[in-house]
Amino acid sequence: MNKSQLIEALAKEENLPLKKAEEVVNTVFGEMEKALIRGERIEIRGLGSFKVKYYEGYKGRNPKTGEIIDVAPKKLPFFKVGKELKERVDLY
Amino acid sequence: MALTKEKLINSIYHQVGLSKTQSRAVVETLLELIKKTLESGEDLLISGFGKFMVKEKSARRGRNPQTTEDLELRARRVVVFKTSGVLREKINAPAKDSQ
Repeated sequence: MNKSQLIEALAKEENLPLKKAEEVVNTVFGEMEKALIRGERIEIRGLGSFKVKYYEGYKGRNPKTGEIIDVAPKKLPFFKVGKELKERVDLY
Repeated sequence: MALTKEKLINSIYHQVGLSKTQSRAVVETLLELIKKTLESGEDLLISGFGKFMVKEKSARRGRNPQTTEDLELRARRVVVFKTSGVLREKINAPAKDSQ
C-alpha cells in the first residue's frame, strides 16, 4: 500500500473528502518527519517508537574491489515495533 | 519530549480544522489502517518518509548470551522500517538555527 491508497482508505472509512484525508495523512507524517529532524523521539502506543541513532564513522571496504573507504558518521531513524503491532503481525 | 498520539491529534485539530473529536477519530482510524495493512502481510510505502516492511524470519538456533543456554527461535513475522533517502538526507543535513 502507498500513501495515496492510505489516503483513499482513510477518506472512505471516516467519510471525509479526499482532500481532508490527504491533509490528515500529510500532517501526521509531516509532524513525524519534523520530530525526527529535530532529533526527537516519536512514541505511538500500539504502533511503535522511533528514535534517531547516531552511528560513528568508520573505515570500510568496498567488498567488490577491496578498496578502503571512509564511511562518514551518520544519523538514522530506528523504528521499534510496538507490542500490539508486533503481536498482530507475527501470526505464527 | 517525544511526539505522541495526543500531539498528533492536536496538530490535526490546529492544521486541518477538524473538531477535537473528529481529529482523534481520524488519527485512531489512520493508525488502525496502518496496522491492518501490515497485519495482512502487505508493506506500506510512505514516499518521502519511509517504508514499513513485513519480513518472514525462519526458525534458527539461538543462544542466551547471558546464560549461554541454547534455544530454538521459532519462525516469526516482523515489521522493519527503512527510512526514505529523502528523509535520511534531511536528518543528516547541517542543523539550521534551532528554534
